[in-house]
Amino acid sequence: MAEEKEKKRYEKFLPSIDEESRPFWEATKRHELYVQKCRDCGFVQFHPRAVCTACLSSSVQWLKSSGRGKIYTWSVTNQNPGRGFRDALPYIVAYVDLDEGVKIFANVVDCKPEEVKIGMPVEAAFTDVTPEFTLVNFRPAR
Amino acid sequence: MSLKKKAAIVGVYEHPTRFAPSKTTYQIIAESAREALADAGLTIKDVDGLFNAGGGGLLGSLALADYLNIFPTYTDTTNYGGSSFVGHAAHAAAAISAGLCKVALICYSATPVSTPMAGIAGAMAGDPSSNYENPYGVTIINGYAMTAQRHMHEYGTTSEQLAEIAVTMRLHASMNPNAKYRDPITVEDVLKSRVISSPLHLLDCCVVSDGGGAVVMTSAERARDLRKKPVYILGSGEAMRHAAAGHRDLMDIATNDSARQVYERSGLTPKDIDMAMIYDSFTITVLMQLEALGMCKKGEGGAWVGGGRLRYDGEFPINTDGGGLSSNHPGMRGIFLLIEAARQLRGEGGARQCKKPLRTAIATGIGGNLGYRHAAATVILSNE
Repeated sequence: MAEEKEKKRYEKFLPSIDEESRPFWEATKRHELYVQKCRDCGFVQFHPRAVCTACLSSSVQWLKSSGRGKIYTWSVTNQNPGRGFRDALPYIVAYVDLDEGVKIFANVVDCKPEEVKIGMPVEAAFTDVTPEFTLVNFRPAR
Repeated sequence: MSLKKKAAIVGVYEHPTRFAPSKTTYQIIAESAREALADAGLTIKDVDGLFNAGGGGLLGSLALADYLNIFPTYTDTTNYGGSSFVGHAAHAAAAISAGLCKVALICYSATPVSTPMAGIAGAMAGDPSSNYENPYGVTIINGYAMTAQRHMHEYGTTSEQLAEIAVTMRLHASMNPNAKYRDPITVEDVLKSRVISSPLHLLDCCVVSDGGGAVVMTSAERARDLRKKPVYILGSGEAMRHAAAGHRDLMDIATNDSARQVYERSGLTPKDIDMAMIYDSFTITVLMQLEALGMCKKGEGGAWVGGGRLRYDGEFPINTDGGGLSSNHPGMRGIFLLIEAARQLRGEGGARQCKKPLRTAIATGIGGNLGYRHAAATVILSNE
Protein backbone atom coordinates (compact mmCIF):
# COMPACT_ATOMS: atom_id res chain seq x y z
CA MET A 1 0.00 0.00 0.00
CA ALA A 2 2.74 2.42 0.97
CA GLU A 3 4.54 1.55 -2.24
CA GLU A 4 1.44 2.25 -4.33
CA LYS A 5 1.13 5.64 -2.75
CA GLU A 6 4.77 6.47 -3.41
CA LYS A 7 4.47 5.48 -7.07
CA LYS A 8 1.49 7.74 -7.52
CA ARG A 9 3.28 10.70 -6.02
CA TYR A 10 6.31 10.50 -8.30
CA GLU A 11 5.26 12.04 -11.60
CA LYS A 12 8.55 12.41 -13.46
CA PHE A 13 9.67 10.10 -16.25
CA LEU A 14 10.92 6.71 -15.14
CA PRO A 15 13.22 4.58 -17.28
CA SER A 16 11.97 1.33 -18.74
CA ILE A 17 14.22 -1.55 -17.74
CA ASP A 18 15.23 -4.33 -20.07
CA GLU A 19 17.77 -7.15 -19.89
CA GLU A 20 20.56 -4.90 -21.13
CA SER A 21 20.00 -2.22 -18.52
CA ARG A 22 18.77 -4.22 -15.50
CA PRO A 23 22.19 -4.61 -13.83
CA PHE A 24 22.77 -0.86 -14.13
CA TRP A 25 19.49 0.03 -12.40
CA GLU A 26 19.94 -2.70 -9.79
CA ALA A 27 23.33 -1.16 -8.98
CA THR A 28 21.96 2.37 -8.64
CA LYS A 29 19.50 0.97 -6.08
CA ARG A 30 22.57 -0.10 -4.09
CA HIS A 31 23.95 3.44 -4.66
CA GLU A 32 26.62 2.20 -7.03
CA LEU A 33 27.35 3.53 -10.51
CA TYR A 34 28.53 1.13 -13.18
CA VAL A 35 29.84 1.73 -16.67
CA GLN A 36 31.07 -1.02 -18.99
CA LYS A 37 34.47 -2.20 -20.16
CA CYS A 38 35.15 -4.65 -22.97
CA ARG A 39 37.19 -7.69 -21.94
CA ASP A 40 38.44 -8.08 -25.51
CA CYS A 41 39.47 -4.56 -26.53
CA GLY A 42 39.34 -2.56 -23.30
CA PHE A 43 36.86 0.03 -24.62
CA VAL A 44 34.89 1.78 -21.86
CA GLN A 45 31.31 2.69 -22.74
CA PHE A 46 28.13 4.25 -21.42
CA HIS A 47 25.14 3.73 -21.61
CA PRO A 48 25.07 -0.03 -21.02
CA ARG A 49 24.67 -2.38 -23.97
CA ALA A 50 24.88 -6.12 -24.57
CA VAL A 51 27.85 -5.62 -26.87
CA CYS A 52 30.99 -3.52 -27.03
CA THR A 53 30.42 -0.72 -29.55
CA ALA A 54 34.12 -0.63 -30.46
CA CYS A 55 34.48 -4.30 -31.49
CA LEU A 56 30.95 -5.81 -31.13
CA SER A 57 32.27 -8.35 -28.62
CA SER A 58 29.66 -9.78 -26.27
CA SER A 59 32.30 -10.03 -23.58
CA VAL A 60 31.41 -6.78 -21.86
CA GLN A 61 32.03 -6.50 -18.13
CA TRP A 62 30.58 -4.09 -15.60
CA LEU A 63 33.09 -1.57 -14.30
CA LYS A 64 32.31 0.14 -11.02
CA SER A 65 32.75 3.90 -11.35
CA SER A 66 34.29 6.02 -8.64
CA GLY A 67 31.34 8.31 -9.23
CA ARG A 68 33.82 11.16 -9.52
CA GLY A 69 34.20 13.43 -12.47
CA LYS A 70 34.01 16.98 -13.75
CA ILE A 71 31.22 19.03 -15.28
CA TYR A 72 31.75 18.95 -19.07
CA THR A 73 28.82 21.26 -19.76
CA TRP A 74 25.57 22.27 -18.12
CA SER A 75 22.37 24.28 -18.41
CA VAL A 76 19.83 25.60 -15.96
CA THR A 77 16.37 24.62 -17.16
CA ASN A 78 13.70 27.24 -16.50
CA GLN A 79 10.99 25.76 -18.68
CA ASN A 80 9.65 22.23 -18.94
CA PRO A 81 5.89 21.71 -19.06
CA GLY A 82 6.32 17.98 -18.45
CA ARG A 83 4.54 16.42 -15.49
CA GLY A 84 6.66 16.47 -12.36
CA PHE A 85 9.33 18.61 -13.94
CA ARG A 86 7.27 21.78 -14.11
CA ASP A 87 7.11 21.76 -10.31
CA ALA A 88 10.88 21.24 -9.99
CA LEU A 89 12.05 24.33 -11.91
CA PRO A 90 14.69 25.59 -12.10
CA TYR A 91 16.93 22.54 -12.23
CA ILE A 92 20.41 21.87 -13.58
CA VAL A 93 21.16 19.36 -16.34
CA ALA A 94 24.74 18.48 -17.16
CA TYR A 95 27.12 16.16 -18.91
CA VAL A 96 29.64 14.85 -16.40
CA ASP A 97 32.99 13.60 -17.64
CA LEU A 98 33.60 10.62 -15.34
CA ASP A 99 37.10 9.72 -14.20
CA GLU A 100 36.61 6.44 -16.10
CA GLY A 101 36.61 8.44 -19.35
CA VAL A 102 32.96 8.46 -20.39
CA LYS A 103 30.38 11.21 -20.27
CA ILE A 104 27.06 10.72 -18.51
CA PHE A 105 23.97 12.92 -18.48
CA ALA A 106 22.29 13.75 -15.16
CA ASN A 107 21.05 16.49 -12.86
CA VAL A 108 23.39 18.43 -10.64
CA VAL A 109 21.89 18.54 -7.14
CA ASP A 110 22.81 20.26 -3.88
CA CYS A 111 24.18 23.10 -6.00
CA LYS A 112 22.79 26.58 -6.60
CA PRO A 113 22.22 27.38 -10.30
CA GLU A 114 24.67 30.29 -10.06
CA GLU A 115 27.41 28.03 -8.67
CA VAL A 116 27.62 25.35 -11.34
CA LYS A 117 30.66 25.70 -13.65
CA ILE A 118 32.38 23.77 -16.41
CA GLY A 119 35.30 21.84 -14.91
CA MET A 120 33.74 21.73 -11.44
CA PRO A 121 34.60 18.47 -9.62
CA VAL A 122 31.49 16.47 -8.79
CA GLU A 123 30.60 13.15 -7.17
CA ALA A 124 27.70 10.80 -7.63
CA ALA A 125 24.64 11.53 -5.51
CA PHE A 126 22.03 8.77 -5.59
CA THR A 127 18.38 9.76 -5.41
CA ASP A 128 15.85 7.08 -4.45
CA VAL A 129 12.91 8.37 -6.44
CA THR A 130 10.58 5.36 -5.97
CA PRO A 131 10.97 2.04 -4.20
CA GLU A 132 11.96 0.55 -7.57
CA PHE A 133 14.17 3.29 -8.97
CA THR A 134 17.24 5.16 -7.90
CA LEU A 135 18.66 7.80 -10.19
CA VAL A 136 22.30 8.73 -10.27
CA ASN A 137 22.80 12.48 -10.00
CA PHE A 138 25.89 14.52 -9.20
CA ARG A 139 26.72 17.09 -6.53
CA PRO A 140 29.75 19.31 -5.94
CA ALA A 141 32.60 17.08 -4.70
CA ARG A 142 33.20 17.26 -0.98
CA MET B 1 30.48 8.42 -59.87
CA SER B 2 29.51 12.00 -59.24
CA LEU B 3 25.96 13.31 -58.92
CA LYS B 4 27.12 16.74 -60.01
CA LYS B 5 24.48 18.42 -62.14
CA LYS B 6 22.64 15.15 -62.82
CA ALA B 7 19.39 16.37 -61.24
CA ALA B 8 17.68 19.65 -60.53
CA ILE B 9 15.01 21.25 -58.41
CA VAL B 10 12.35 22.33 -60.88
CA GLY B 11 9.38 23.23 -58.70
CA VAL B 12 8.99 24.58 -55.16
CA TYR B 13 6.17 25.74 -52.94
CA GLU B 14 6.07 26.85 -49.35
CA HIS B 15 2.58 26.70 -47.91
CA PRO B 16 1.76 30.18 -46.57
CA THR B 17 -0.09 28.88 -43.52
CA ARG B 18 1.38 29.32 -40.04
CA PHE B 19 -1.84 28.28 -38.26
CA ALA B 20 -4.09 25.75 -39.93
CA PRO B 21 -6.75 24.46 -37.53
CA SER B 22 -9.09 23.68 -40.41
CA LYS B 23 -6.60 21.74 -42.54
CA THR B 24 -5.28 18.20 -42.23
CA THR B 25 -1.58 17.54 -42.70
CA TYR B 26 -2.43 15.53 -45.84
CA GLN B 27 -4.37 18.48 -47.26
CA ILE B 28 -1.40 20.82 -46.70
CA ILE B 29 0.85 18.35 -48.54
CA ALA B 30 -1.63 18.02 -51.42
CA GLU B 31 -1.97 21.78 -51.78
CA SER B 32 1.81 22.18 -51.65
CA ALA B 33 2.35 19.41 -54.22
CA ARG B 34 -0.19 21.02 -56.57
CA GLU B 35 1.57 24.38 -56.46
CA ALA B 36 5.11 22.97 -56.66
CA LEU B 37 4.15 20.85 -59.70
CA ALA B 38 2.48 23.88 -61.32
CA ASP B 39 5.65 25.85 -60.63
CA ALA B 40 7.56 23.17 -62.54
CA GLY B 41 5.03 22.83 -65.32
CA LEU B 42 4.43 19.19 -64.41
CA THR B 43 1.37 17.31 -63.16
CA ILE B 44 0.75 14.83 -60.36
CA LYS B 45 0.62 12.09 -63.04
CA ASP B 46 4.30 12.71 -63.73
CA VAL B 47 5.35 11.87 -60.16
CA ASP B 48 6.94 8.42 -59.83
CA GLY B 49 9.20 9.11 -56.83
CA LEU B 50 7.75 10.01 -53.42
CA PHE B 51 9.98 11.36 -50.64
CA ASN B 52 8.68 12.24 -47.20
CA ALA B 53 9.87 11.87 -43.64
CA GLY B 54 7.55 9.08 -42.53
CA GLY B 55 6.78 10.09 -39.01
CA GLY B 56 5.54 7.28 -36.82
CA GLY B 57 3.48 5.81 -39.63
CA LEU B 58 1.15 8.80 -39.81
CA LEU B 59 2.79 10.14 -42.93
CA GLY B 60 4.40 7.01 -44.28
CA SER B 61 4.78 6.95 -48.03
CA LEU B 62 2.08 4.31 -48.50
CA ALA B 63 -0.53 6.34 -46.63
CA LEU B 64 0.51 9.46 -48.50
CA ALA B 65 0.45 7.76 -51.92
CA ASP B 66 -3.02 6.47 -51.04
CA TYR B 67 -4.23 9.95 -50.08
CA LEU B 68 -2.76 11.56 -53.21
CA ASN B 69 -3.96 8.64 -55.34
CA ILE B 70 -0.55 8.23 -56.94
CA PHE B 71 1.44 5.08 -57.67
CA PRO B 72 5.10 5.85 -57.05
CA THR B 73 7.64 3.20 -58.02
CA TYR B 74 10.35 4.68 -55.79
CA THR B 75 9.88 5.98 -52.23
CA ASP B 76 12.17 7.13 -49.44
CA THR B 77 10.92 7.89 -45.93
CA THR B 78 14.28 8.65 -44.34
CA ASN B 79 13.60 10.47 -41.08
CA TYR B 80 16.50 11.74 -39.01
CA GLY B 81 14.73 14.92 -37.95
CA GLY B 82 14.52 18.34 -39.53
CA SER B 83 17.40 17.87 -41.95
CA SER B 84 15.70 14.84 -43.57
CA PHE B 85 14.40 16.78 -46.57
CA VAL B 86 17.86 18.01 -47.52
CA GLY B 87 18.84 14.34 -47.38
CA HIS B 88 15.82 13.53 -49.56
CA ALA B 89 17.11 15.96 -52.20
CA ALA B 90 20.43 14.10 -52.20
CA HIS B 91 18.67 10.71 -52.34
CA ALA B 92 16.34 11.91 -55.11
CA ALA B 93 19.32 13.12 -57.15
CA ALA B 94 20.89 9.67 -56.76
CA ALA B 95 17.66 7.87 -57.65
CA ILE B 96 17.04 10.07 -60.70
CA SER B 97 20.65 9.67 -61.78
CA ALA B 98 20.37 5.88 -61.47
CA GLY B 99 17.13 5.84 -63.45
CA LEU B 100 15.05 4.62 -60.51
CA CYS B 101 12.58 7.46 -60.84
CA LYS B 102 12.01 10.36 -63.20
CA VAL B 103 10.06 12.96 -61.23
CA ALA B 104 10.55 13.13 -57.47
CA LEU B 105 8.12 14.82 -55.13
CA ILE B 106 9.59 15.76 -51.73
CA CYS B 107 6.94 16.88 -49.30
CA TYR B 108 6.26 17.77 -45.69
CA SER B 109 3.65 19.21 -43.38
CA ALA B 110 2.94 19.39 -39.67
CA THR B 111 0.49 21.29 -37.50
CA PRO B 112 1.98 21.42 -33.99
CA VAL B 113 0.24 24.72 -33.15
CA SER B 114 -3.32 23.79 -34.05
CA THR B 115 -2.95 20.19 -32.83
CA PRO B 116 -0.34 20.33 -30.04
CA MET B 117 1.44 17.12 -29.15
CA ALA B 118 0.72 15.96 -25.65
CA GLY B 119 3.30 14.47 -23.33
CA ILE B 120 6.83 15.14 -22.25
CA ALA B 121 9.12 17.70 -23.77
CA GLY B 122 11.86 15.06 -23.91
CA ALA B 123 14.56 14.66 -26.50
CA MET B 124 13.78 11.36 -28.21
CA ALA B 125 11.33 9.32 -26.20
CA GLY B 126 11.69 5.66 -27.00
CA ASP B 127 15.34 5.57 -28.08
CA PRO B 128 17.54 3.26 -25.97
CA SER B 129 19.50 6.34 -24.87
CA SER B 130 16.40 8.18 -23.69
CA ASN B 131 16.19 6.01 -20.58
CA TYR B 132 19.37 7.71 -19.41
CA GLU B 133 18.18 11.22 -20.31
CA ASN B 134 14.43 11.60 -19.83
CA PRO B 135 14.39 10.82 -16.07
CA TYR B 136 16.46 13.98 -15.61
CA GLY B 137 13.91 16.27 -17.25
CA VAL B 138 15.84 16.69 -20.46
CA THR B 139 14.26 19.10 -22.94
CA ILE B 140 15.00 19.74 -26.60
CA ILE B 141 16.43 23.14 -25.71
CA ASN B 142 18.77 21.64 -23.06
CA GLY B 143 20.81 19.89 -25.72
CA TYR B 144 21.40 23.07 -27.69
CA ALA B 145 21.91 25.11 -24.51
CA MET B 146 24.61 22.77 -23.19
CA THR B 147 26.32 22.93 -26.58
CA ALA B 148 26.19 26.73 -26.53
CA GLN B 149 27.54 26.72 -22.97
CA ARG B 150 30.51 24.63 -24.03
CA HIS B 151 31.11 26.80 -27.13
CA MET B 152 31.18 29.89 -24.90
CA HIS B 153 33.61 28.13 -22.56
CA GLU B 154 36.00 26.94 -25.26
CA TYR B 155 35.89 29.93 -27.61
CA GLY B 156 34.57 32.89 -25.64
CA THR B 157 31.39 33.16 -27.72
CA THR B 158 28.87 35.55 -26.14
CA SER B 159 25.09 35.82 -25.89
CA GLU B 160 25.34 39.16 -27.73
CA GLN B 161 26.99 37.44 -30.68
CA LEU B 162 24.32 34.71 -30.79
CA ALA B 163 21.64 37.41 -30.58
CA GLU B 164 22.96 39.00 -33.80
CA ILE B 165 21.76 35.90 -35.65
CA ALA B 166 18.21 36.19 -34.27
CA VAL B 167 18.14 39.92 -35.11
CA THR B 168 19.15 39.26 -38.73
CA MET B 169 16.57 36.50 -39.15
CA ARG B 170 13.87 38.87 -37.88
CA LEU B 171 14.96 41.55 -40.34
CA HIS B 172 14.51 39.03 -43.14
CA ALA B 173 11.15 37.94 -41.75
CA SER B 174 10.00 41.56 -41.81
CA MET B 175 10.32 41.35 -45.61
CA ASN B 176 8.46 38.02 -45.83
CA PRO B 177 4.69 38.57 -45.77
CA ASN B 178 4.10 34.97 -44.63
CA ALA B 179 6.56 35.01 -41.71
CA LYS B 180 5.09 34.34 -38.27
CA TYR B 181 6.93 37.18 -36.51
CA ARG B 182 7.73 40.32 -38.51
CA ASP B 183 8.40 43.13 -36.02
CA PRO B 184 12.11 43.98 -35.95
CA ILE B 185 14.04 43.13 -32.77
CA THR B 186 17.36 44.29 -31.32
CA VAL B 187 20.21 42.46 -29.62
CA GLU B 188 18.94 43.95 -26.37
CA ASP B 189 15.46 42.48 -26.99
CA VAL B 190 17.01 39.03 -27.34
CA LEU B 191 19.11 39.41 -24.18
CA LYS B 192 16.11 40.73 -22.22
CA SER B 193 13.85 37.86 -23.27
CA ARG B 194 13.54 35.20 -20.59
CA VAL B 195 16.18 32.51 -20.32
CA ILE B 196 14.55 29.20 -21.27
CA SER B 197 17.61 27.02 -20.72
CA SER B 198 20.80 28.89 -19.96
CA PRO B 199 22.47 30.41 -21.89
CA LEU B 200 19.64 30.41 -24.47
CA HIS B 201 16.90 33.03 -24.30
CA LEU B 202 13.39 32.81 -25.71
CA LEU B 203 14.49 34.74 -28.81
CA ASP B 204 17.43 32.38 -29.37
CA CYS B 205 14.81 29.68 -30.05
CA CYS B 206 12.87 28.95 -33.23
CA VAL B 207 9.18 29.65 -33.43
CA VAL B 208 6.54 26.94 -33.42
CA SER B 209 4.18 27.14 -36.38
CA ASP B 210 2.01 24.99 -38.60
CA GLY B 211 3.16 24.63 -42.17
CA GLY B 212 4.37 22.54 -45.03
CA GLY B 213 5.84 22.58 -48.48
CA ALA B 214 6.88 20.61 -51.51
CA VAL B 215 9.85 20.34 -53.86
CA VAL B 216 9.86 18.70 -57.30
CA MET B 217 13.04 17.31 -58.82
CA THR B 218 13.88 15.72 -62.12
CA SER B 219 16.89 15.03 -64.34
CA ALA B 220 19.02 17.98 -65.45
CA GLU B 221 18.19 17.10 -69.05
CA ARG B 222 14.43 17.24 -68.56
CA ALA B 223 14.76 20.27 -66.28
CA ARG B 224 15.96 22.41 -69.14
CA ASP B 225 12.60 22.05 -70.92
CA LEU B 226 10.45 22.96 -67.92
CA ARG B 227 8.86 26.25 -66.86
CA LYS B 228 11.45 27.64 -64.47
CA LYS B 229 15.21 27.99 -64.51
CA PRO B 230 16.61 24.72 -63.11
CA VAL B 231 18.38 24.71 -59.77
CA TYR B 232 21.00 21.99 -60.12
CA ILE B 233 22.30 19.77 -57.33
CA LEU B 234 26.10 20.04 -57.44
CA GLY B 235 26.84 17.78 -54.50
CA SER B 236 25.58 16.43 -51.21
CA GLY B 237 26.75 15.18 -47.84
CA GLU B 238 25.20 13.39 -44.88
CA ALA B 239 26.62 12.55 -41.48
CA MET B 240 25.66 11.75 -37.90
CA ARG B 241 26.88 12.47 -34.40
CA HIS B 242 25.55 10.96 -31.17
CA ALA B 243 26.75 10.20 -27.66
CA ALA B 244 29.42 7.89 -29.13
CA ALA B 245 28.94 5.56 -26.17
CA GLY B 246 30.05 8.31 -23.80
CA HIS B 247 32.92 9.69 -25.90
CA ARG B 248 31.29 12.61 -27.71
CA ASP B 249 33.02 15.94 -28.16
CA LEU B 250 30.11 18.39 -28.35
CA MET B 251 32.16 20.80 -30.44
CA ASP B 252 32.45 18.23 -33.23
CA ILE B 253 29.15 18.40 -35.11
CA ALA B 254 27.99 16.22 -38.01
CA THR B 255 28.18 19.13 -40.42
CA ASN B 256 31.98 18.86 -40.23
CA ASP B 257 31.62 15.63 -42.21
CA SER B 258 28.69 16.57 -44.46
CA ALA B 259 30.49 19.78 -45.47
CA ARG B 260 33.69 17.93 -46.33
CA GLN B 261 31.69 15.53 -48.49
CA VAL B 262 29.73 18.25 -50.27
CA TYR B 263 32.88 20.19 -51.18
CA GLU B 264 34.71 17.06 -52.36
CA ARG B 265 31.76 15.93 -54.46
CA SER B 266 31.02 19.33 -56.00
CA GLY B 267 34.62 20.37 -56.47
CA LEU B 268 33.76 23.70 -54.81
CA THR B 269 35.20 25.42 -51.77
CA PRO B 270 33.56 27.69 -49.16
CA LYS B 271 34.69 30.72 -51.19
CA ASP B 272 32.56 29.54 -54.11
CA ILE B 273 29.31 29.72 -52.12
CA ASP B 274 27.23 32.88 -52.53
CA MET B 275 24.50 32.42 -49.91
CA ALA B 276 23.30 29.79 -47.44
CA MET B 277 20.13 28.38 -45.99
CA ILE B 278 21.13 27.10 -42.57
CA TYR B 279 18.84 25.21 -40.23
CA ASP B 280 18.18 27.66 -37.40
CA SER B 281 16.48 25.70 -34.67
CA PHE B 282 18.44 27.89 -32.27
CA THR B 283 21.01 30.66 -32.74
CA ILE B 284 23.85 28.34 -31.68
CA THR B 285 22.85 25.86 -34.41
CA VAL B 286 23.52 28.51 -37.05
CA LEU B 287 26.84 29.61 -35.59
CA MET B 288 28.28 26.12 -35.37
CA GLN B 289 27.10 25.14 -38.85
CA LEU B 290 28.73 28.26 -40.32
CA GLU B 291 31.99 27.21 -38.69
CA ALA B 292 31.59 23.63 -39.91
CA LEU B 293 30.92 24.85 -43.45
CA GLY B 294 34.31 26.55 -43.32
CA MET B 295 32.87 30.04 -43.70
CA CYS B 296 35.05 31.05 -40.77
CA LYS B 297 37.48 29.20 -38.54
CA LYS B 298 36.20 26.90 -35.82
CA GLY B 299 35.55 28.97 -32.72
CA GLU B 300 35.52 32.28 -34.58
CA GLY B 301 31.83 32.20 -35.52
CA GLY B 302 30.86 34.57 -32.73
CA ALA B 303 32.73 37.52 -34.16
CA TRP B 304 32.03 36.49 -37.75
CA VAL B 305 28.21 36.62 -37.59
CA GLY B 306 28.14 40.31 -36.56
CA GLY B 307 28.34 43.52 -38.53
CA GLY B 308 25.49 42.72 -40.89
CA ARG B 309 27.44 40.03 -42.73
CA LEU B 310 24.50 37.60 -42.76
CA ARG B 311 21.90 40.12 -44.01
CA TYR B 312 20.24 39.81 -47.43
CA ASP B 313 22.33 42.80 -48.48
CA GLY B 314 25.46 41.59 -46.66
CA GLU B 315 28.59 39.76 -47.66
CA PHE B 316 27.22 36.28 -46.94
CA PRO B 317 23.42 36.25 -46.75
CA ILE B 318 21.69 33.41 -44.91
CA ASN B 319 18.08 32.46 -44.22
CA THR B 320 16.54 35.22 -46.27
CA ASP B 321 13.02 33.95 -45.51
CA GLY B 322 13.42 34.72 -41.80
CA GLY B 323 14.29 31.12 -40.98
CA GLY B 324 12.92 29.02 -38.19
CA LEU B 325 13.82 31.78 -35.77
CA SER B 326 11.13 34.09 -37.19
CA SER B 327 9.26 32.68 -40.20
CA ASN B 328 8.09 29.12 -39.57
CA HIS B 329 9.06 25.91 -37.83
CA PRO B 330 6.47 23.11 -37.84
CA GLY B 331 9.05 20.76 -36.26
CA MET B 332 11.21 19.72 -39.21
CA ARG B 333 11.91 22.68 -41.45
CA GLY B 334 14.58 21.27 -43.78
CA ILE B 335 12.30 21.45 -46.80
CA PHE B 336 12.13 25.23 -46.46
CA LEU B 337 15.91 25.43 -46.81
CA LEU B 338 15.60 23.92 -50.29
CA ILE B 339 12.61 26.09 -51.19
CA GLU B 340 14.11 29.44 -50.23
CA ALA B 341 17.51 28.57 -51.73
CA ALA B 342 15.75 27.77 -55.03
CA ARG B 343 13.72 30.98 -54.89
CA GLN B 344 16.88 33.02 -54.30
CA LEU B 345 18.80 31.29 -57.09
CA ARG B 346 15.90 32.02 -59.46
CA GLY B 347 15.80 35.66 -58.36
CA GLU B 348 12.31 35.28 -56.90
CA GLY B 349 13.16 36.64 -53.44
CA GLY B 350 11.22 39.88 -53.91
CA ALA B 351 12.04 42.50 -51.27
CA ARG B 352 14.43 40.09 -49.58
CA GLN B 353 16.28 38.98 -52.72
CA CYS B 354 20.00 38.97 -52.01
CA LYS B 355 21.64 42.14 -53.28
CA LYS B 356 24.70 40.35 -54.57
CA PRO B 357 24.44 38.23 -57.72
CA LEU B 358 23.93 34.55 -56.92
CA ARG B 359 25.27 31.50 -58.69
CA THR B 360 25.46 29.05 -55.81
CA ALA B 361 23.74 28.37 -52.51
CA ILE B 362 24.37 25.85 -49.80
CA ALA B 363 21.48 24.34 -47.86
CA THR B 364 22.42 22.54 -44.67
CA GLY B 365 20.41 21.12 -41.81
CA ILE B 366 20.80 19.60 -38.38
CA GLY B 367 18.05 17.14 -37.48
CA GLY B 368 17.56 15.52 -34.10
CA ASN B 369 19.36 17.37 -31.34
CA LEU B 370 22.75 19.06 -31.54
CA GLY B 371 23.60 18.06 -27.97
CA TYR B 372 22.46 14.43 -27.95
CA ARG B 373 22.27 12.89 -31.40
CA HIS B 374 21.80 14.56 -34.72
CA ALA B 375 22.09 14.14 -38.46
CA ALA B 376 23.46 16.72 -40.85
CA ALA B 377 22.45 16.88 -44.49
CA THR B 378 23.98 19.36 -46.90
CA VAL B 379 23.53 20.15 -50.60
CA ILE B 380 25.11 22.72 -52.87
CA LEU B 381 22.74 24.18 -55.42
CA SER B 382 23.42 26.28 -58.50
CA ASN B 383 21.48 28.09 -61.20
CA GLU B 384 24.10 27.38 -63.83
